[in-house]
Amino acid sequence: MQLTHNMDSEKIEQDRLYQDMGLSDEEFEKIKTILGRRPNFTETGIFSVMWSEHCSYKTSKPLLRKFPTEGPNVLQGPGEGAGVIDIGDEQAVVFKVESHNHPSAVEPYQGAATGVGGIIRDVFSMGARPIALMNSLRFGPLTTNRTKYLFSEVVAGIAGYGNCVGVPTVGGEVQFDDSYEDNPLVNAMCVGLINHDEVQKGIAAGIGNTILYAGPPTGRDGIHGATFASDDLAEDSNKDRPAVQVGDPFMEKLLIEACMEVIHSDALVGMQDMGAAGLTSSASEMASKAGTGLEMNLDLVPQREQNMTAYEMMLSESQERMLLCVKAGREQEIIAIFEKYGLKSVPVGKVIEEKVFRIKHHDEVVADIPVDSLADDAPVYHMPSKEAAYYQAFQQIDVQTPAVNHHGETLKQLLQRPTIASKEWVYDQYDSMVQTNTVVTPGSDAAVVRIKGTDKALAITTDCNSRYIYLDPEEGGKIAVAEAARNIVCSGAKPLGLTDGLNFGNPTNPEIFWQMEKSVDGMSAACKALQTPVISGNVSLYNQSKGKSIYPTPVVGMVGLHESTAHITPSFFQKTGDNIYLIGETKNEFGGSELQFIQDGKYEGKAPHLDLTIEAERQEKMLSLIRQGKIQSAHDLAEGGLGVALAESLFSSEALGAEVTLTGDATVALFSETQSRFLVTVKPEHQAAFEDVFADAARLGQVTADNQLTVTANNEMILQEDAAALKALWKGAIPCLLKSKA
Amino acid sequence: MKVAVIVFPGSNCDRDMYHAAGEVAGAEASLVWYTDTHLLDDVDGILIPGGFSYGDYLRSGSMASTSDIMNKIREHAEKGKPVLGICNGFQILTEAGLLPGALMRNKNLSFMCHQEELVVEDNETVFTTLYDKNEVVRFPIAHGEGNYFCDEETLQELKDNNQIVFTYKNNPNGSVEDIAGIRNKAGNVLGMMPHPERAVEALLGSEDGLRLFQSMIANWRSSNAVNA
Repeated sequence: MQLTHNMDSEKIEQDRLYQDMGLSDEEFEKIKTILGRRPNFTETGIFSVMWSEHCSYKTSKPLLRKFPTEGPNVLQGPGEGAGVIDIGDEQAVVFKVESHNHPSAVEPYQGAATGVGGIIRDVFSMGARPIALMNSLRFGPLTTNRTKYLFSEVVAGIAGYGNCVGVPTVGGEVQFDDSYEDNPLVNAMCVGLINHDEVQKGIAAGIGNTILYAGPPTGRDGIHGATFASDDLAEDSNKDRPAVQVGDPFMEKLLIEACMEVIHSDALVGMQDMGAAGLTSSASEMASKAGTGLEMNLDLVPQREQNMTAYEMMLSESQERMLLCVKAGREQEIIAIFEKYGLKSVPVGKVIEEKVFRIKHHDEVVADIPVDSLADDAPVYHMPSKEAAYYQAFQQIDVQTPAVNHHGETLKQLLQRPTIASKEWVYDQYDSMVQTNTVVTPGSDAAVVRIKGTDKALAITTDCNSRYIYLDPEEGGKIAVAEAARNIVCSGAKPLGLTDGLNFGNPTNPEIFWQMEKSVDGMSAACKALQTPVISGNVSLYNQSKGKSIYPTPVVGMVGLHESTAHITPSFFQKTGDNIYLIGETKNEFGGSELQFIQDGKYEGKAPHLDLTIEAERQEKMLSLIRQGKIQSAHDLAEGGLGVALAESLFSSEALGAEVTLTGDATVALFSETQSRFLVTVKPEHQAAFEDVFADAARLGQVTADNQLTVTANNEMILQEDAAALKALWKGAIPCLLKSKA
Repeated sequence: MKVAVIVFPGSNCDRDMYHAAGEVAGAEASLVWYTDTHLLDDVDGILIPGGFSYGDYLRSGSMASTSDIMNKIREHAEKGKPVLGICNGFQILTEAGLLPGALMRNKNLSFMCHQEELVVEDNETVFTTLYDKNEVVRFPIAHGEGNYFCDEETLQELKDNNQIVFTYKNNPNGSVEDIAGIRNKAGNVLGMMPHPERAVEALLGSEDGLRLFQSMIANWRSSNAVNA
């Protein structure tokens, strides 16, 4: 057979049609050199998706290399579908976070739903059973009808997919800020559980072995989704709706169960999901990783629509599809398993020795590409970086203590800020309990999922305060990792590692690239100090619209291990008479705080400072006290400082109260957002043991039975509020905003 | 007691039900794929789990209700053996006509998942003898279409025959008469939206559901001892 030197290959070059697919002039020249000729239309499409930012990480690669990715328990670092960490007893935890920002901006329900579907496939393609979902969402303020629509539909999409597929959504975080008005962020994380001997790899090894396509037929949806995700969101982005895929969670559920059976067959060599760039990326990556080549006949690929071209099939991002490499002659064993679940699986190609990616269609070779060139020869750009002008200005600002006349009123205002307010409206729509492992349901610092058949449990959290990162990317990057770890530790678990979901603006802007560089530096430093390697991740760039960039938002998804379920520690106060302690001194730090925004309508100045040595030491001490059973409850101090943390600690069903006495400036003590602080309660009989370890912790007061929050400072009662009333405001804020007219 | 947990394509509480009835409550449980109808021949009880059978496409429970295995389940029910349908299982039982009424979308049109307090209205079914009448128990709910509806005539019949087994203390979804679970006239078929299988271990927040499975097992034991 002859390669069709498509007539239009000349036209592609002359009219620079490759630019429409996202390739630069230099990249096109490089492709010509690799091939020794002009690429045809299909090949140009294949290169353009594989070399898109989404698939190749061409601008972020130099930064990602800075992350510590190794540790004694890491079984699989970045590079496969998801990372894997050992948790003992021949078991391991598999997890990854992924963004679906651009699709969610134009079609929020399907954008979010397919984001969930994609990340679940990444996890079960490793051979792991998905056991928990988390998410991290960002929207503009809930004041416009458009934002309310995006918010409601994204939540409905996550619920619609996750609930049906039977993986509990155990938690997450939602923040609201102006910078996400036109470019919301939807990051989904999936956690899976696996036995060591079941870990799969996405490889197409063994010359002559069969490539099997499994799942629903390929349609014209999601064509060039990866390229769409690698450019600014244009004002006319609604025209890109065809680049958004449509999800079918029922199909995914069948696919999960089938794959859970398939991994037990030794006829299976490797499998990978068809995610971004569909058939193109899964097939070429499987061959590339195995050091083989791959030949595929598109006539055999199940098709949902008529007259699909090779280009369309190779670039389609139709959902719920998997690609498998199966031992030659044993295809039927695997096909039978898929058939049990009503799923079609068909041989579409084979592994070949020659390291090429060769695609046939209608008896013609429509693509013939050196397979490694798609992954290994992708360009890597070292973008220019420039310290942001705003940062220099912010460093000169000395943020004053906000003037607060009535601390109770300010606390009420803070509790009603959507970022702080209860997210019950969101998580009540998620099935957080299916699989019957969820010990700590959404609404705490970290979710906790027990591991059946053991006394162990996993703590999971997502975190990222992007305001701090905007003010100071390096310090903010440290804080994002440290806060996630603090959440894990508060729940009683030891942090194991993290997955990063890096969301930034347009990297060709040197100030944006500087944000990326600095936040990765900060995160890496924190990862090293807290011994939490990065085992997987995702990069989403070009998150800007109308020339306005989002705040730098490198989401941290962290997993920790409870060695015993006895260590699981609640974030709410537990019992009348328990002592309330604040660990860590409080400084006058209001840069990037909620209170700053309430008063000034903007964030400016210096971000809170973080000392990694102190952070690591405190986390270690906390964990050791929790394991000794000396801590009744533990809550991390975050947005809104001590005031908000005290109030939240009373929002359980127990109707408890708290009486505390503060020293120093009351506004600083209550609302500063100084880092590395914990609010804990300790039984009277453990007071001495606790103070032995945390000699400098401040004993603030006691848990009371009266359901009142009472705060005294400098011999004056500065706040007394009914906890039930505070809770009602906190719980009602988001439903109230959604109902109010824009 | 041998119990079968039916697995339809899209069932997703099947393994939870297996865990609760088998590993925790101590029944001899097995998972039965919906095409393996012969495996129901020698079981003593049938459990239809929650989930999204056939994706809930068309209407919740409707596709599963027409599958072959439903004939076996109907035969089993007619023999007076226990059949329990939870959540999607309840929807399947109403679609199959084994229980009256229908489950509509929640009144707020959203899926909801949290703990709810239920009142045990009838403690004389094989599933509830270990509860006190009017006892308040905590079971999780997790459904988008749990709004029980039936016409007035049917409702009167349900009341006259004591077929209302569980009611919500604070009706979350708009169900008529706060109905959370009902039984057939004979009392051996129970359908309910809340999830007792999610409430069998204190670690997960409630163990109030355990007695439902224990009641079923205890009643089977005593009736079998009598028969033997």
